[in-house]
Amino acid sequence: MDNKVAAVKMRDITKTFGATVANDKVWLDIYRGEILALLGENGSGKTTLMNMLSGIYFPDKGQIFVDGREVSIRSPKEAFDLGIGMIHQHFKLVDVFSAAENIVLGLKGSGRLDIDEVAKNVKAICEEYGFEVDPYQKIYDMSVSQKQQVEIVKVLYRGADILILDEPTAVLTPQETDKLFAVLRNMRDLGKAIVIITHKMHEVEELSDRVAILRHGSFVGDMLTKTTNAQEMTNMMVGHAVVLDIDRPEPKDPKPRIRVEGLTVRDIEGVVKLDNVSFTANSGEILGVAGISGCGQKELLEAIAGLQPIESGSIKYICDDGREDELIGKDPLSIQSLGVSLSFVPEDRLGMGLVGSMDLTDNMMLRSFRRGRSLIADRKTPKKLAEKVVEELEVNTPGVSTPVRRLSGGNVQKVLVGREISSAPTVLLTAYAVRGLDINSSYMIYDLINKQKEKGVAVVYVGEDLDVLLELCDRILVLCGGKVSGIVDGRGASKRDVGMMMTRLGGAANE
Amino acid sequence: MFDIVGFIPRAVVQSIPLLYGSTGETITEKAGNLNLGIPGIMYVGGISGVIGAFLYEQSCKGASMNGFLAVAIPMLFCLVGSLLMGLLYCLLTVTLRANQNVTGLAMTTFGVGFGNFFGGSLIKLTGSDMPSITLSQTSLFFSRKLPFAERLGWFGKIFLSYGFLAYLAIVIAFVCAYILKRTRTGLHLRAVGENPATADAAGINITRHKYIATCAGSMIAGLGGLYYVMDYACGIWSNDAFGDRGWLAIALVIFTLWRPNVSVFASILFGGLYILYLFMPTGTNLAVKELYKMLPYVVTILVLIAVSMRRKKENHPPESLGVAYFREDR
Repeated sequence: MDNKVAAVKMRDITKTFGATVANDKVWLDIYRGEILALLGENGSGKTTLMNMLSGIYFPDKGQIFVDGREVSIRSPKEAFDLGIGMIHQHFKLVDVFSAAENIVLGLKGSGRLDIDEVAKNVKAICEEYGFEVDPYQKIYDMSVSQKQQVEIVKVLYRGADILILDEPTAVLTPQETDKLFAVLRNMRDLGKAIVIITHKMHEVEELSDRVAILRHGSFVGDMLTKTTNAQEMTNMMVGHAVVLDIDRPEPKDPKPRIRVEGLTVRDIEGVVKLDNVSFTANSGEILGVAGISGCGQKELLEAIAGLQPIESGSIKYICDDGREDELIGKDPLSIQSLGVSLSFVPEDRLGMGLVGSMDLTDNMMLRSFRRGRSLIADRKTPKKLAEKVVEELEVNTPGVSTPVRRLSGGNVQKVLVGREISSAPTVLLTAYAVRGLDINSSYMIYDLINKQKEKGVAVVYVGEDLDVLLELCDRILVLCGGKVSGIVDGRGASKRDVGMMMTRLGGAANE
Repeated sequence: MFDIVGFIPRAVVQSIPLLYGSTGETITEKAGNLNLGIPGIMYVGGISGVIGAFLYEQSCKGASMNGFLAVAIPMLFCLVGSLLMGLLYCLLTVTLRANQNVTGLAMTTFGVGFGNFFGGSLIKLTGSDMPSITLSQTSLFFSRKLPFAERLGWFGKIFLSYGFLAYLAIVIAFVCAYILKRTRTGLHLRAVGENPATADAAGINITRHKYIATCAGSMIAGLGGLYYVMDYACGIWSNDAFGDRGWLAIALVIFTLWRPNVSVFASILFGGLYILYLFMPTGTNLAVKELYKMLPYVVTILVLIAVSMRRKKENHPPESLGVAYFREDR
């Protein structure tokens, strides 16, 4: 193992964007037949560093060696020519094209395009590594994980043997993640060099052979995965010791706040998304919602917030004095004025809740512009609020007048959650609040949610990470195919049981 | 009895300018450029051809004209004129990233004004009493038919009674359809129109594809203007006679769901609907005539409704149609 030659050596790589230093004299070695995990917080320069390898950015200073030869990579095409391919977090695929058409896109060759020939080659690659891609299927018909496979095949089709994956598991279900990991291990065993950018500790431990850590754009160190542990990696990543336990205070004086009975929702095509769902969310308590993605979590939250037409059932809001208010039939605005607040973080982060081209202040105003009598909207209060959110949640932004879409993903989420919490809700609905966030930011969000809980807010937390759900939530509602598979106590439940309930109604009942 | 044999050829000659316009616009739109300047570009194509023909006819001064030059010179003028318009549009929208709708509408206004200005000047130069220029000699070359077409009865009348530009239009439409669907270039072009960021990452030169598609599209559309003057109107140019054919061509693009091969037939349908009022039974109220002229647009709206109800992704306009691409924009 000692005489292994590095496939890629990066030396003293520096990249600045205006005044911000994204990478500062970074050293990195990538070997063939090895999976390297590139670890770091949001904004620590992982993606920037890899973008320089894949030709999207050009380093200001430093050298890159591929197979011992110094190279300069000026475009994605030049990167491909060197065998470097990157799978971006946001897929670069044309929706109306088939998989094969996307895979062959941009390649030189005979003028007439023989798509059947391409499809044959694609199938061969799929078989070699174990992908499940139908070359003739259109991208818009595919699930996220299928799209990701197309992206990987696309890179392999171009003959890449150094693959970079930017947070590949952020949008996958646990099962899809397992499948991806199997394929990645397969590719490693066939001698490819693989880099995955991530900030999920257990993935690093499960998958990688070696881990390299970046902090604030600088290289902190690298080590073999088996010689380290999550605590050490986290400390290196954050720069100081971090407690990895999530706090879970006992709920204080829980009272029913939202009672859902027999809720049934169909989507526009008539498919049942929620089937006879009943539960109660208590004040001062966190109700977790677990389930494989697309099992009705989104519809559930939207139904409570008044955004989703409902077929049957009732949703009651219970006031402090015991009065009950039927939410069905109310418009979203009046539901909001009851104190029901929805902070939904969709896959693309900007789809719901924030307007990308508006700055932080204006996004704060989206919630408050109706307040006050004056003809002219009040901008001072939202500006103060924006400044407060930036300060308290440590949002990394040049200022409150920066358009939200220029912020990195994690910071966008902080702004969204921060705004929702600031409206002093009585019910806080959050979905995927920590999706794509690094450990430090995630813990900050958990902390915020806990604070809301202590204030007596009824929190509904839709999450993906079972470990977190089990540590954070007081009770967990498990959805399976739109039905309630069970409601378990967060303190006693085991990960395995909940996992079983996610895949089968009632969980282990049939065993 | 409805005169089919009389109706079809008239519908076809009516359809050819629309076919040129829609083929040109289709490949432009496939590259993501919504060129609403097409009516103006067709207008410029027409007047440029007229200028070319006028200069050549003047230089011959009654001497017999060379058939090849009589066709080649107006065509060259027409292509150069519409190419310049296409380049201008690209410069504004691709390089300078101006709003495509505004630019296109301005180009149409400009093109019509340009045509009317030079049309008016030429009319002044010829000093004729009528407000039009007659280039009947050049027109003869353009509208020359196959010599044996006359002898073939209804068959000849329906299929062989047109000038060469009509057949060229159909050939171009089918070739464009083939390129878009079956070749690498077509795939790249469509990718540029659907998702330029993806195409860019795949190493496709966005700017070059947009320029080439738009300029080629403009030149094809320009030929529609040339056909209109030289063949359909028998070489008589009068200001504003071209009418709303440019807009009809754009409607045709939507009607055919961005498929030039469908456009070959759809344009004949449009052409037929456009002149249907001429075949109304005599004695009908003349006001109804204007309603008949509405038909092509009504049909387009119906198609749009049908398509949006079926919601099939392939039938949608290119996804980034009308959006300028800038790599560093997030």
